[in-house]
Amino acid sequence: MKSKTEELLHLISDWNGIPKTGAYNIREDSGCAGRRSSENVSIESKTDLPGIDIRVKPYTKGEKIYIPACVTHSDVDDLVYNDFYIGEGCDVTIVAGCGVHSDGHEDAKHNGIHRFFLEKDARVVYLEKHIGTGNGDGQRIINPVTHAQLAENSYMLMDTTQIKGVDSTLRKTSAVLEAGATLVVKEKLMTDGHQVAKTDFDVTLKGENSGVELQSRSVAKGHSYQSFRSIINGEAPCTGHSACDAIIMDEGKVSATPELTAAHVDAALIHEAAIGKIAGEQLTKLMTLGLSEQEAEEKIIAGFLR
Amino acid sequence: MLQLKQITFSAPQENGGERQILSHVDFTAEQGKFIVITGPNGSGKSTLARIIVGIQQPDEGQIFFQGEDITNLSISERAKRGIAFAFQQPVRFKGLTVSDLLGLAAGKELLTRKQMCTYLQQVGLCAADYIDRDVNASLSGGEIKRIEIAMAMARKAPLTIFDEPEAGIDLWSFNHLIDVFRRLRDVTKGTVIIISHQERILDIADEIVVLSGGQISARGKKEEILPTLLESHGMTNRGPGCLVDRTACPREGSEGA
Repeated sequence: MKSKTEELLHLISDWNGIPKTGAYNIREDSGCAGRRSSENVSIESKTDLPGIDIRVKPYTKGEKIYIPACVTHSDVDDLVYNDFYIGEGCDVTIVAGCGVHSDGHEDAKHNGIHRFFLEKDARVVYLEKHIGTGNGDGQRIINPVTHAQLAENSYMLMDTTQIKGVDSTLRKTSAVLEAGATLVVKEKLMTDGHQVAKTDFDVTLKGENSGVELQSRSVAKGHSYQSFRSIINGEAPCTGHSACDAIIMDEGKVSATPELTAAHVDAALIHEAAIGKIAGEQLTKLMTLGLSEQEAEEKIIAGFLR
Repeated sequence: MLQLKQITFSAPQENGGERQILSHVDFTAEQGKFIVITGPNGSGKSTLARIIVGIQQPDEGQIFFQGEDITNLSISERAKRGIAFAFQQPVRFKGLTVSDLLGLAAGKELLTRKQMCTYLQQVGLCAADYIDRDVNASLSGGEIKRIEIAMAMARKAPLTIFDEPEAGIDLWSFNHLIDVFRRLRDVTKGTVIIISHQERILDIADEIVVLSGGQISARGKKEEILPTLLESHGMTNRGPGCLVDRTACPREGSEGA
C-alpha cells in the first residue's frame, strides 16, 4: 500500500493500520491494495465488472467492514461497482469513503457505485467520508451512486461527510423500503472556491410503516455551488422527512428542491429547508466569550457540520 | 472598576430620523458591588449594557474598565479583559452543545463532567440531562436562560452583566433564578450588574440605578431607592414582584431597547 493511500485512509476513516480482525478491502488507483474476508464476511472480485461483492452472513453482529477507495495521483478515472448483501438479522458497520489526491494537471476521479441489499431485520451503519487533497490544478472529482433495497424491518443509517478539497461531486442516493424498514441519511457538506456539489435523493416508501429521514447540513463558501434535491414517494402508510439546512458565506450559492409525492392517504411527508448566513447574534455571543470573529465563525461551522 | 463618562447613543428610526436612547450618562460601578439597573421600557437599560460589552458603540463618551479606556475595544477584547454578559434573549445554535459553550465560557476546551455539573447545578439543572444537548430550539425558554446564566458564571469574570434574566421565563424558573442570584450575591468576588424590573432582584442589590428617558434619574442604596421608586418615577406595582412594567414580567414579554 502506498504511503499516500495510508495518509488518505487516516483522513477518511478511523483507519489505524490493517485491522487485526474483520474484513476489509482497500481500493487504490483502480487496483486492490489489500483484502481480507472474515468468518462471517466474504469479499470477492466481480467477474463481469470492476468491483467486489461483499456478503455478510445472517445474524452477524458487531463486525466492522472497511471498504475505502483512494486515488493517489492525477490522470486516474476510477470506476467501481461494489455490491453489499447483508443477511437477515445482521448488525454491522461498513466504513467506506474515498480520498482523492492530485498534484498534477489531469483530473483524479472516483466513481463508486454501491448497491445494498438488506435482508429483513438487518441493521447497517454506513460511514462514508470524502476528501480531496493536493495542489494540482487537475480536478478532484468524486461521484458516488448508492442504491439500497431495504427488506422488512431493516434499518440503514448512512452518515456521509465531504468537507474538504473535492472540486466536483454528484451524489445520487436511491432507496426502496419495504414494510417497517427505516432509512436515515445524515449528510454533511462543505464547499469552497469554485467547487460544485450536487446531491440527489430518491426514496420510495413502499411498505407499511416504512420511514425515511434525510438530513443535510452544508456550508457553501467562496464561489461554490451546492444543490440538494430530495424526492420522496410515499406509497403506503409511512413517514418521510427531508431537511436541508445550509449556511452560505462569501459568494456561495445553495439551492434546495424538494419533491414529495404521497400516493396513500396515510403517507406523512415533510420537507424543510433553511438557507442563510451565520446569524450575527451567534457570532456576537461567542465573541462575548472571548473568541475573535474568525474563531467564532470557525466554531459555529465546526459545530454545524459535526 | 467600571466607569462610563458622558455616554450618548442614538438609534436610527424607520422614518430616517434618529432617536436618542442614552443622553450623557455618567455611571460608576465599584469593585465587588451588586448593582441593579432598572427603569421603564425604552429607558435605555439594555442599550447601556450592550455598550459596556461592546455590542454597540456610543456616539459620544468613554468607557473605562479597571483603569483602561476600552471605548474602542472590540467585544472579544473586552471579554478577554474580564467582562461577561448574559443575553436577555439567549442565542441558539445548531450543532453547539451545552458542554461546548460552557467550555468556551470557562476558557477550557474540555471541561470535566464534574466541572460542568458544578456550573449547571448552580442554576438548578441536572448536568447529565443537558451537557450533550444542542443549545437549539429544543430547549425551553427557562432552560436556555439558565444555561445562559451558567455560562456567564463560568466565565468567573471581574465584571458580569445580566440583561433581564427574568425575561421570557416562567415564574417557576424565575423563583430558582432568584436563589441563583442570592448565592451569586453571597459568593462572588467580582462586580455584578443586573438589568431588571423585578422587585425580588432589586431587593438583593447593594445599589439601585434608575434609568429613565435615557438618563440616570436616581441612584443609591436599595433602602433609599426602593421605597421611592414607585412614586417618584410614576411606576406601578402591577405584577407579582414586577415593579416597573408588567410587560417585563416573566412569561409576559421583554424589553427591546
